[in-house]
Amino acid sequence: MSVTAAVETVETVDLATTPLRELNQRLHDLAGRPGPTRWRILHPNGAHAVACGLDAELEVEIEGHVGYYAAGMNKRATVRIHGNAGTGVAENMMSGRVVVDGGASQSAGATGRGGLLVVHGSAAARCGISMKGIDIVVRGDVGHLSAFMAQTGTLVVCGDAGDALGDSIYEARVYVAGAVNGLGADCVEKELREEHVDQLRLLLAAAELDDVDPTGFRRYGSARELYTFKVDNAGSY
Amino acid sequence: MCGIVGLYAKGEEIADGLGSHLAAMLVQMNDRGPDSAGVAVYREPAPPGWSKLCVFSSRTAEDWPVLVAALEEAFGSAELASVRASHAVILVAAGAEEAVAWLDLRDDALRVMSAGRTIEIYKEVGLPRAFAERFGLGDLRGSHGLGHTRMATESRVTTDGSHPFSTGLDLCVVHNGSLSNHNRLRQVLRREGIRFRTENDTEVAAGYLAWRLREGASLREALEGCLDDLDGFYTFLCGTADGFAVLRDPIACKPAVMAETDEWVAMASEWRAIAVLPGSDDAQMWEPEPGVVYAWERQAVA
Repeated sequence: MSVTAAVETVETVDLATTPLRELNQRLHDLAGRPGPTRWRILHPNGAHAVACGLDAELEVEIEGHVGYYAAGMNKRATVRIHGNAGTGVAENMMSGRVVVDGGASQSAGATGRGGLLVVHGSAAARCGISMKGIDIVVRGDVGHLSAFMAQTGTLVVCGDAGDALGDSIYEARVYVAGAVNGLGADCVEKELREEHVDQLRLLLAAAELDDVDPTGFRRYGSARELYTFKVDNAGSY
Repeated sequence: MCGIVGLYAKGEEIADGLGSHLAAMLVQMNDRGPDSAGVAVYREPAPPGWSKLCVFSSRTAEDWPVLVAALEEAFGSAELASVRASHAVILVAAGAEEAVAWLDLRDDALRVMSAGRTIEIYKEVGLPRAFAERFGLGDLRGSHGLGHTRMATESRVTTDGSHPFSTGLDLCVVHNGSLSNHNRLRQVLRREGIRFRTENDTEVAAGYLAWRLREGASLREALEGCLDDLDGFYTFLCGTADGFAVLRDPIACKPAVMAETDEWVAMASEWRAIAVLPGSDDAQMWEPEPGVVYAWERQAVA
């Protein structure tokens, strides 16, 4: 009996020599079609929209810093950025996983509907703005106005949070281990119960942050006091 | 939109190639600002007792030696240091303010783009690559410099409306953003004796900084005054004789990234402008906080 080992090849694309659109097209072409599942992207040099719009179970490693909207609209793929990410990394992610080894600029995970975004460094302003179901775990700090108008999903901050955290938040959950510089309108601290520690434990494990204590967080959410939460206003339209 | 870049050389190697590094950074900011491009480069100080002017002429073929001869007559000594496209660098054996006042009265086709000991401002409409080639940025050696690519929103696309804007001797500013109270503020500053040539919002920010500095504020104080007195979006990069300073508006509407290695400090609107610098892969990189003044100078900013 002979055994043939399946050799999984890694498709390597060098953005110093390959146009970005060509790379993204090749990745898009894998939606619903067979093809290489492991990809390595070299020399992104801060280019915008690297590996965005993926819709297949791919493993994509990006070796360097990326510009705006990297891995935006991601569906099912796992994208790992070995560097820093510009504005709007994993914006509007639907599912899958995006991991940033370095820091992320503003609006990381904005409007995300699902999946997991992990930032090992810090994220700048407006992290998780208008999130709609995504889970975001930030190893460092987040900037001001993070989780602004966050609707559902979870933002976990292992460091500190900037000013106006959770301004006008809806049903999203925010957990912060460090200091919070200030809460936004209608955002309040809430009791951290066992179910929340369980959720934190799961999210930290999923993010592979084994050395962060899930009991060391504070929970924040909506006080539900703004206009939109008043039943008396429901008949106004 | 608009793109901003800045580069401060810690050593001779980067200083030697300052102009070509700045040009490469500017080209990366092409998509953020295809209307006009400009740089301020700090280089080759004027001799003691002399000042350096960078003068723009709107005539297609300016007879610079004639202008220099007239300056010589007025101030005893003057020298044409270099001509780059529509701009010339002229050294004058006089205080910069006197020389600027003389030039302002002389001829409507001439504009003093910068004045001081070391600053040279070049700016022109068009794409950054064409600008860099036309002005021969590649052979400019200097200690530090900054640059701008403009996508016009608040005023016409002209050389006068391009950045950098001078804010005083050896001082300048570039801006990404738009100001909403510039008309009212321009009126206030005009009453204070600050002159404006355009309807441009950044020129008002430059005038505001020039006024605060004239009234005795330090650069840091003048920039912090922007947080109270300017309404709108801005990331400012200010050039000084010894370095540069960065300020973002209190909610950080406009992007900014900074990076540092043993050889240089750089600031840009986006990382891709810094990625072209030698050693950028190993640079320490961060995003400036909103409403905080960051400054790099040989001496600390007061």
